[in-house]
Amino acid sequence: MAARAAALPSPRARRSPAPGLAIGLTTLYLSVIVLLPLAALSWRAHGWDAITSAQAVSSLKLTLGVSVVVALVNAVAGTMIAWTLVRDRFVGQGFVNALVDLPFALPTIVAGLTLLALYGPKSPAGINVAFTRWGILVALLFVTLPFVVRTVQPVLLELDTEMEDAAASLGAGRLATFRRVILPNILPAILSGVALAFARAVGEFGSVVLISGNLPFKTEVVSVYVFGRIESGDAGGAAAASVVILAISFAVLLAIGGFRRWVTRHDR
Amino acid sequence: MIGKYVVRFAALGYLTALLAAPLGYVFWRTFRHGLGPAWAAVTTPDAVHALKVTLILTAIAVPANTIFGILAALAIVRHRFPGAGIFNAVVDLPLALSPVVVGLALLILYGRGGWLGGHGVVFALPGMVLATIFVSLPFVVREVVPVLREIGTEQEQAAATLGASTVQTFTRVTWPAIRWATAYGVVLTTARALGEFGAVSVVSGRLAGKTESLTLYVQDRYQSFDEVGAYASAVVLALIAVTTLLLMTMLKPKEETR
Amino acid sequence: MIEAHGIVKRFGDFTALDGVSVDVPTGSLTALLGPSGSGKSTLLRVIAGLETPDEGKVVLEGEDVTRVAPQERGVGFVFQHYAAFKHMTVWENVAFGLKIRRRPRAEVKQRVSELLQLVQLARLGDRYPAQLSGGQRQRMGLARALAVDPKVLLLDEPFGALDARVRKELRLWLRRLHDETHTTTVIVTHDQEEAMEVADCVVVMNAGHIEQTAAPRELYDNPANEFVMSFVGPVNRLGDTFIRPHDVELLLEPNGSTQEAMVQRLVHLGFEVRVELVRDDGETLSAQLTREQVEGLELQAGQIVYVRPMRQTIFAD
Repeated sequence: MAARAAALPSPRARRSPAPGLAIGLTTLYLSVIVLLPLAALSWRAHGWDAITSAQAVSSLKLTLGVSVVVALVNAVAGTMIAWTLVRDRFVGQGFVNALVDLPFALPTIVAGLTLLALYGPKSPAGINVAFTRWGILVALLFVTLPFVVRTVQPVLLELDTEMEDAAASLGAGRLATFRRVILPNILPAILSGVALAFARAVGEFGSVVLISGNLPFKTEVVSVYVFGRIESGDAGGAAAASVVILAISFAVLLAIGGFRRWVTRHDR
Repeated sequence: MIGKYVVRFAALGYLTALLAAPLGYVFWRTFRHGLGPAWAAVTTPDAVHALKVTLILTAIAVPANTIFGILAALAIVRHRFPGAGIFNAVVDLPLALSPVVVGLALLILYGRGGWLGGHGVVFALPGMVLATIFVSLPFVVREVVPVLREIGTEQEQAAATLGASTVQTFTRVTWPAIRWATAYGVVLTTARALGEFGAVSVVSGRLAGKTESLTLYVQDRYQSFDEVGAYASAVVLALIAVTTLLLMTMLKPKEETR
Repeated sequence: MIEAHGIVKRFGDFTALDGVSVDVPTGSLTALLGPSGSGKSTLLRVIAGLETPDEGKVVLEGEDVTRVAPQERGVGFVFQHYAAFKHMTVWENVAFGLKIRRRPRAEVKQRVSELLQLVQLARLGDRYPAQLSGGQRQRMGLARALAVDPKVLLLDEPFGALDARVRKELRLWLRRLHDETHTTTVIVTHDQEEAMEVADCVVVMNAGHIEQTAAPRELYDNPANEFVMSFVGPVNRLGDTFIRPHDVELLLEPNGSTQEAMVQRLVHLGFEVRVELVRDDGETLSAQLTREQVEGLELQAGQIVYVRPMRQTIFAD
């Protein structure tokens, strides 16, 4: 590609060693920081009873179940929020736009604490979801909020409103236009956001750990279960459980990616 | 027509109930009895130490990942090497991994009996640094890559034909084009590093006054039934987060906002 | 069929339409002609219901539709940039209006096939808009608009995004289509050649109001003012006098009513030749001659000739 031509002959500049150096250094960094630890993890994974025990299976079911719900809620709520930020006009819109990024900026433990304060045992509103699955749901909704909003927003901004005019001139009402014209065109973005939200929800720890109470078989999510295995000194079992979760997440993400490609087949 | 108001009301209601109200409530609870108790809670020796730990972790992770980020972005976009696709995917891995798994991997690698074990990495600051670097790795890369792609190589080629060395081309041509994207990436990296909890929790052993970051300190206070302490330190983190949010909003790449 | 009375439309500080009234006869093909910013697209969109006027009313087939939504007006609209539903096939695009009205499957199938035949896209039904050329996409847009049997067909610079040759082809094709279907049609264009070629009646617009409404011939021969005259064809402006290039007579000898001029340049445009001249008083003008005339006069650059307007127009203010 044109990148090859970067070493155009010139009187003074010599062909720089930069490409090789940059690639070498960064690959080394990446390997030491990311790949090596993960390799050690997979190597040490054993003790499959850690994954097949009733407690493990229960935590996995709970985590996957709640994550699916979280993904679906985000698909709807995230789209609505993106819609309001793009198509609507009201005072304080800029503030709301910035607010959406809060879960990215706020430490997860702080997020969990704030939810616990308002929706926990000492709730001034009388709503107490601590030690329940609802608590997990609320915490996960908090941390995954920005994903769908931020993937849908730019697409909505770019959307050709002439298509909506055309639909109107052909007799389609607001709802029909949304369903038949707008939605199909933002669906790929929604799916991308959903994939990100799902992946995040499955692995979430900090925001859940306080509010859920971590009751085995009831409110123990998979990350907490793995944490428990580590504390019990069963690093091998914890590693095995981790590998399994990773595999499942990976499979789900592939599926969503495949669906997304099918949905955008008209673009190729 | 009414549809618009329904959507607006629902969206804003959702955001208020989930985000604004809980955060606002904690701020109110913390400062309800004035600045005094809160200030006292965050100036205890353990709290101050925790803050120092957090700052050290951040001060190491952010520059390291920034330099890596720029070099990696240049490598991926400009120097099409075989395996660039895999490289890219590995860079994105930290975003998909549970922090507990990250901590576990480090524990296994550097802990007693691990391949690089027994050198005082785990249950100590070095381990926490590695964990923080791991989880905050992708952000600068991801922000700089699209910008580098967009500006193309023509300007850099022009500089080369005019005699500029690699360094000169970078400082005079490439850097001015990517600096705002880099700044935004740095802000995201910092936020992630400051807020890291799960990975450092596993790797540090949570020894109060020694290997507790501020986020771990919050949990520690809560579990010790010291609500004032927990809320006060949470507020410190939240204030930093809000500042980060402001910086993010200001530096955000234009295509994403109205 | 379509009446617009006193339409006023403002966008912020900008007045797009300043009290415009127009009457489109049933079954005619009317062109709204004007430069960009003249308000012609806005007027079309007001008729379609895609914009609501600040003042004035729109009447379709005797009914006041000013406050009626576009869905209910029974107008077909064709967009300059096609507005194709890019996530639907050609077939699905054309079928859209029928599906919205919940027509039975058999009927939809028949109608869509008919229309695809009509617009010569019969074999491309399964393709997506991204796979079609500009001209094909616009034909699809037309078929889609026609599918619901609109009372009125509105086209907003439909051929503006296409290249010259395709534009000319589609222009002719549209005229023939109109001759077959006799649907009341309004087309917006900034191309005077297009308007003159295709329309029964041309409405010339400028800066939010109507300058003249007339048949193409009338517009050309008896323009109401300077703007219309210059817009509708090439014109020489000498002081207050306007002369069409083909009304400039060139002679080799003076004859008392002529002025001396020098040939600056000959521009050969196929059958016609544009002769660029400069008069002895410094004014430049151009004359339009046939190839034979030029050869007959043996014209060359630098040659001195004598010019006389056969017809000239002055506008009373």
